[in-house]
Amino acid sequence: MAVWDHFRHFVASVAAWLTTSAHWSGASGIPELFWRQAELSVAVVAGAVLVGGAVGLALGHRGRGGLVAVNAANAARAVPSLALLTLFAIVPWISLRGGGFYAAFLALWVLAVPPILTNTYVGVREVDADVRDAARAMGLTGGEVLRSVELPLAAPFVMAGIRTAAIEVVATSTLAAYVSYADLGTPVISGLNTNDTVEAFAGALLVALLAAVVALGLGVVQRLVTPEPLRVGRRPASGIVGLAGGADG
Amino acid sequence: MIAAQPLFQWSYVSGQWGEISSDLLQHIALSLIALAIGLVIAVPLGVAAWRFRVLRTPVVGVASALYIIPSLALFAILGPLTGYVASYPTAEIALVGYTLLILIWNTMAGLDAVPPDAREAATAMGYATARRLVRVDLPLALPYVFAGLRVAAATVIGLVTVTALIGLGGLGRQITYGFNIGYYTPIIVGLVLSVALAALCDLLLVGVQRVVVPWTRAPRRGGPG
Repeated sequence: MAVWDHFRHFVASVAAWLTTSAHWSGASGIPELFWRQAELSVAVVAGAVLVGGAVGLALGHRGRGGLVAVNAANAARAVPSLALLTLFAIVPWISLRGGGFYAAFLALWVLAVPPILTNTYVGVREVDADVRDAARAMGLTGGEVLRSVELPLAAPFVMAGIRTAAIEVVATSTLAAYVSYADLGTPVISGLNTNDTVEAFAGALLVALLAAVVALGLGVVQRLVTPEPLRVGRRPASGIVGLAGGADG
Repeated sequence: MIAAQPLFQWSYVSGQWGEISSDLLQHIALSLIALAIGLVIAVPLGVAAWRFRVLRTPVVGVASALYIIPSLALFAILGPLTGYVASYPTAEIALVGYTLLILIWNTMAGLDAVPPDAREAATAMGYATARRLVRVDLPLALPYVFAGLRVAAATVIGLVTVTALIGLGGLGRQITYGFNIGYYTPIIVGLVLSVALAALCDLLLVGVQRVVVPWTRAPRRGGPG
């Protein structure tokens, strides 16, 4: 009975925390914290697509040097992100500039590049050699082959890489709150620090919700960018780098 | 101190070796326990979900949910449930949660990949379904289970550092300590030892696999697609 009362009290407290209007307004309100997390995550994934995607495409198109890059990328993902976050946060020329944004951006970027690079490279390499030869025979230049044959056919792989990266980034951006970047991780960290289990739990629910929405939403996008003939039940790419690296946050 | 400090000081390592080695041991313990429990839960679940299709959606669904929730959030969610925020059970339940999806998925993929010939031969030799599953199918699926185990080990060893934020941490303690006093060396010690541990563990698993599954080389690393 006591356990049940305790449980009911806890759930009521969490609900009260989540419905307190003060938690929904101002610089440390939930909408602002959510926005800051979205801002950071989008910036990181965009930066990683720019670099990882370009390098993966170039290596895949040339078909050489790729394995070295893929192995290097896979080695990079073994680095714990907490170590990178804290390291960048105490380097004097980065430290907590921009309210911790730069330290968080760099640490998460290192995490986001490998899945995108690896998947893009694999996606381009998986393009059937006959298809590539046919495009060549039709008179397409190297750049045109890349743009109108290899890229569309590799798109599901690229998207799988972006999805993996985005899930990891959103998860790990929660940890950025530890180096004082204010986002939805902030109530979790401050709750854990002050033994306020209600605040930590409420924040964690919001973080979990955001992670689930991102994972499911990008899953839909991944299906949409798959050229229709390839769609039927074949779930490409994420099997190749799959879950390695994981939700590190 | 921050402005002038070198990136790495050996004097810290020699002076604090007692602390470092006990953090390293805790890191190994937290990882091994999570992997062992994960394996014990995931392989039977994977076999069951493969054999009985109705189980597939709930099993994979729950494992996916555990995998998607960020570790820090999972610690905070489990804390009040397990009763002690800063405790081994909280950390271990979350860490085991991250191994399940990878291991279950690879177990099922491995069973899918068993050659039909082998299965038919076993049936012709008089194996009943359950016995064939354990004596023939599962051993043939082992390379996939090992591939999953390697991914799970790398994931868990990296994630253990995060448990520093609920008072455990293994090598994560070095990282938070270095951050708190603005000192590079402990952070780098935590980073390097954690990566080295992951690499060593991967090599060990490859070695064990050579011994346990000598008849075939590992497939490419698989995961949920």
